[in-house]
Amino acid sequence: MKRLSLPLDEEIRTSLHAGEPVLLNGEIYTARDAAHKKLHELIQKNKPLPFDLKDCYIYYVGPTPAKPGQVIGSAGPTTSGRMDSYVPELAQYGMQGMIGKGRRNDSVKETIKKNHMVYFVAGGGAGALLSRSIIKREPVAFEELLAEAVTKITVKDFPCFVGIDAEGNDIYDLD
Amino acid sequence: MKEIQVKKISDALRKACGEIAVDYAPDIVAALKKCAQQETGERSIEAMNMLLQNAKIAHQDRIPICQDTGMAIVWLRVGQDVHFVGGSLQQSIQKGIADGYTGNYLRASIVDDPLYGRKNTKTNTPAVIHMEIVEGDRVSLELMAKGFGSENKSAVKMLTPADGEQGVIDFVLETVKKAGPNACPPFIIGVGIGGSFDSVTELSKYALMRSFTESNPDVRYAALEQKLLDEINALHIGPMGFHGNTTALKVQIEEAPTHIAGMPVAVNMCCHACRHWKGEIE
Repeated sequence: MKRLSLPLDEEIRTSLHAGEPVLLNGEIYTARDAAHKKLHELIQKNKPLPFDLKDCYIYYVGPTPAKPGQVIGSAGPTTSGRMDSYVPELAQYGMQGMIGKGRRNDSVKETIKKNHMVYFVAGGGAGALLSRSIIKREPVAFEELLAEAVTKITVKDFPCFVGIDAEGNDIYDLD
Repeated sequence: MKEIQVKKISDALRKACGEIAVDYAPDIVAALKKCAQQETGERSIEAMNMLLQNAKIAHQDRIPICQDTGMAIVWLRVGQDVHFVGGSLQQSIQKGIADGYTGNYLRASIVDDPLYGRKNTKTNTPAVIHMEIVEGDRVSLELMAKGFGSENKSAVKMLTPADGEQGVIDFVLETVKKAGPNACPPFIIGVGIGGSFDSVTELSKYALMRSFTESNPDVRYAALEQKLLDEINALHIGPMGFHGNTTALKVQIEEAPTHIAGMPVAVNMCCHACRHWKGEIE
């Protein structure tokens, strides 16, 4: 299985094919509905962002709280489609990839193609399993959002599939 | 008159919240194992293996099966000869849920205002409570922890009598197709038929509470459950949406009397993490 180290060079991004299983390694930001809304508002108001979007990867996840001694609780992907409307804007600021589950709309697909980005699909409903690949977590912003706060996680061999590749092919449309 | 301490309600709910978050009901594990055997595609086999491995890890490590530990839905059937003592019944239900979620490291997923505020209440309360007074001196308590990836894909439609069985089938299939990969297949699908616009949705949710070992007691509805399951699985959305033979594990129908002019139908989509618990409080 292909082992990828984030962020990815353009050459590697364009070599990925929808449907292929990969193992992600490196740093990823967590953000879902409420955090995306806040990022959008900051951009609209021309205010500084809490983290650099350039070459970043965002995992759509709202984990359960970590028990003492754990890095993170259950941490599977949430439905990506709810974040679709924010993608073109975040891509302008250099976001390189996303991790989630479920279909994306045509605008997201076009954005991925245009900017040679990548959308990874992780196992929906496999939060206990996926939590084992998250080895570090630190707070970044919007702590008041609790599970929806932006955090930076470090992943080691985090299993997922290429969901939409840089050519716009979609895992959910494969035979 | 029988006196029941409300603390018993909180205690039972607190415990149940912790248990259903980490352990699938045995009937779901059995269904997942059976369906895993029926997959032939590389990705659909991998998806089923991930779910089974996830179930094992969740059980061993006492970590939730899914990070969306759900909105708590509580059904309470109270015998009319019961007298609750020791405090507020409503508060004891909410306390049981709050303690169950915070004490077991489950996710607080409830916001106080749906449109404007959206501030997290930090306790996963309020729970939705359905209460009914029945005969006798017993209290039956049921809990569902409903995830919203699938809840968002649920739907209700006011069919008319002329739409008949085919109308029901078409609407259920349309709803499942729209849910697609987003609602975390393989699904368990609750279908309510009859009642009114409001009651049919609760009916569809309550249908999800039934054990897999039971079909609808009416053979006509039991046959429709099987027919729907076959047609849904023929859609080949598959585990995690990666195509394959398992799109749903079970379809469960609950029906109720309705108006001469109508035939409401509700479809409550549920992912494989169909978490529910039932108990008697004495």
